[in-house]
Amino acid sequence: MENFAIYVPRLLPQKDYFAPGHRACIGCGEALAVRLVTKALGREVIISNATGCMEIVSSPFPTTSWRVPWIHTLFENASAVASGIEAALKILNEKGARAKMPKVVAMGGDGATLDIGLQSLSGAWERGHDFLYVCFDNEAYMNTGIQRSSGTPFGAATTTSPAGKLSIGQTTWKKNMPAIAVAHDIPYVATACPSYPFDLIEKVTKAVATHGPSYLHVLSPCPTGWRYPTDLSIRLGRLAVETGVFPLYEVENGKYRLNFDSSKLRPVRDYLTPQGRFRHLPKEEIERIQEGVNKEYQKLKRKVEA
Amino acid sequence: MEMVGMEGSLAMAEAVRLANVDVIAAYPITPQTHIVERLAEMVANGELNAEYIPVESEHSAMSACLGSSATGARTFTATAGQGLELMHEVLYVASGLRLPIVMGVANRALSSPLSVWGDHSDVMAVRDCGWIQIFAENGQQALDLTVCAFRIGEHPNVLFPVMIHIDGFHLSHVVEPLFLLDKSQVEGFLPPYHYPFALDTDKPVTIGAFTVPILYTEARKSMEAALRSTRDIINEVWNEFAKVSGRQYRAVEHYRTEDADTLLLTMGSYSEIAMEAIDQLRDRNEKVGLIRLRLWRPFPFEELRKATGRCQTLVVLDRCISPGGPPGPVCSEVKAALYSQKKRPKIAGFIGGLGGRDLSVPEFVKMIERGKEIAEAGGEEVETIGVRGQ
Repeated sequence: MENFAIYVPRLLPQKDYFAPGHRACIGCGEALAVRLVTKALGREVIISNATGCMEIVSSPFPTTSWRVPWIHTLFENASAVASGIEAALKILNEKGARAKMPKVVAMGGDGATLDIGLQSLSGAWERGHDFLYVCFDNEAYMNTGIQRSSGTPFGAATTTSPAGKLSIGQTTWKKNMPAIAVAHDIPYVATACPSYPFDLIEKVTKAVATHGPSYLHVLSPCPTGWRYPTDLSIRLGRLAVETGVFPLYEVENGKYRLNFDSSKLRPVRDYLTPQGRFRHLPKEEIERIQEGVNKEYQKLKRKVEA
Repeated sequence: MEMVGMEGSLAMAEAVRLANVDVIAAYPITPQTHIVERLAEMVANGELNAEYIPVESEHSAMSACLGSSATGARTFTATAGQGLELMHEVLYVASGLRLPIVMGVANRALSSPLSVWGDHSDVMAVRDCGWIQIFAENGQQALDLTVCAFRIGEHPNVLFPVMIHIDGFHLSHVVEPLFLLDKSQVEGFLPPYHYPFALDTDKPVTIGAFTVPILYTEARKSMEAALRSTRDIINEVWNEFAKVSGRQYRAVEHYRTEDADTLLLTMGSYSEIAMEAIDQLRDRNEKVGLIRLRLWRPFPFEELRKATGRCQTLVVLDRCISPGGPPGPVCSEVKAALYSQKKRPKIAGFIGGLGGRDLSVPEFVKMIERGKEIAEAGGEEVETIGVRGQ
C-alpha cells in the first residue's frame, strides 16, 4: 500500500453526510466506517440500509444522521430495495420524469449480509443491478446483544456461542463473503477497514464508479461486542490486517490484488489477546487459529499470483 | 366498444399496461403467473415501457416495490397464496411507509396440504396489513378495479398500497367477455404518479425511522385513521370511473335485495354463481337477495349496516377456515360490524369453496335454506359445505 498518510488528509472532502450526534457506542469502528464511506460517496447517492446497529443508531424518529436520501425497511431486504430504487431511477430517467441518476448504495451488517439477507443480495448480483453493497462486518449480531453470526470468527465467545466447560465459543470458521461475491462474477469486490481510511475511501470511489454490482466488505471493530477498551478500535483494525486475519485486497473483474502485503505477518495472538471475546482460548486453540489464518492467507496469495 | 374474450389474469395485465406502469417486480407462483408472464411479454415487445425485475422471491418482489415506489415510480406486482405469506412482513412496511404499490392477488389456499387452487386463506392471513383490499368477481372487474387501484392508491390524500383480489383459477384462468378500455380513457382518468416524499438527492429524506414507545402508538393510530378516511375517496374514484366507462362499482353491491328478508353475503368470484341461486329462489317467490363485499379494507361498516338493515336473516359464505377461532373471518367481521345495531339480522355462517372446491347453484340454494334454520336456532352452528367423512 502506498504511504498516503502525509498529504492525503488535506485532500479529503470536508463535508460529512453521516452527521454526528448518532447513538453509536463510544469507539464504534462501524460508525467511523459509515462516516468515511458516505464522505467518499458524496451527496449524489441514495442509500438503502438494512436493519441493524447503523440503522438504529442513526434514525430514531424524529432525528436523523443522514444528509443524503436514505431508506430503511427490513433486515434481509436492503439489496432488493436497492434493486427497486435502481430500476426506478433507470426508467424514470428514460421517461424524462427525473433528471438525475444518483448512485445507489445498499448497506448492512454481517447478519444482514452473510446470513438473513444473502439470498436477496445474491439475487441482485445475479440480475446485475448497478449498485454498491457495503457490508459493515462487526462479526456478530451486535445490535441484539452479541449473538453469533456466520461472520463470527472461530473461537470467539458470543452470547449464543458462549465459551464454557464444554465449548471454546464459536466452533465454525468465518464465512468467506468476498469469495461468494467473486463467485457471482461481479466486476468489483474489495475488503477494507476504517483503520486504513484512505484505502477505504479509494475503494468506495472505485466501487461506485464501477458499472454493475460492486461489493465492499468492511471489517468494523466493535468494542462492545469484541470486549476491548474503546480507544483500541483503530489499533485492532490494523492488527487484523497486519496479522493476516483480515487481508486488504481487491478483485477487479476476477483479478485479485493484495493492497497490503507483508512477507512476515505478525502472530495472530497480537490481535486476539486484547479482545475479551478470545480471552478464554487455550494456547493450542490460538495455534489452531494461527494455522487457519496461514492457510487462508496462502490461499489468497495463490489467487493473487494466479 | 366491442366485447372481447379475455382471461382474468390478462385483463389485469392489460390494466397495468393502460396505467403505463414504470416498474414491475414479480416472482412466479400459480395461479398468478399469467399476469406477470403477460407483463414480461409486453415489456419484451415494447408494448409497455417499464423495468421488469425478475426477483428471486416474493419477499424481494415486495421489497423491490418499496424501493421503486419510494423513488417515485408507479409500481406493480402480483402474487398468490404462499407468495403473499412470504411477503407478509414487507406488506406492513408498504402501508406504514404509505407507498401506493398496486398488487394483484390471485387468491390461493395455503399449505399444508399443498394446494395451488383458490380460496381466501391467503388474504385473511394478511387482513391487518394496512392495505386497501378490493375483491373482483369477474374479468371485467379485474380490468376496471386494477385501473382504479392506481388512481385510489396514488391519490394525495390516500397514499396507501392497494390489493386487487381475483380468485385463483375461478377468475384468474377463466376467459370471459369484457369491454376493454382505451388508452385515452385511462389517461384522462389516471394522472401521473407523484410521490411527495420521493428519495431525491436535492431534497434528502430519511424514510423508515424507528420509533420509541411514546411515539409508536401515535404513528400507528394516525395510519389507521388515514386508512379509514380513504373510504370516501374510493367511492369518488369509482364514481368518476363510472363516468368514463359506464360501469359503477360500490363498496357493498346488491343483487335483487329489494324487499328481501333473507340475504346471502359473498366476496369474490362465487358471487356470480350465487346470483343464479338467488334467481332460482326468486322464481319460487322467495324473498332473497345477494350482497357482495367489494371493499374488504377499509371495511365498509356503514354500507353493510345499510344493506342489512331490513333483512331478518343473513347468510355469510367464507372461503377460509380460522382454526380454533370464530368460524369464518368474513362472518365474524360481519357479526362484529352489526352487533351494535338495534335492529340486526340473525346470522348464519358457512365455510365452502376451500382449495378450489366448486360450489354449485344447488349448493348455494341449500346454503340459503339451511342458513335460515341455523340462524333461527341462534347461528352457533357453522356448516362446511360438501365436506365428506364427518
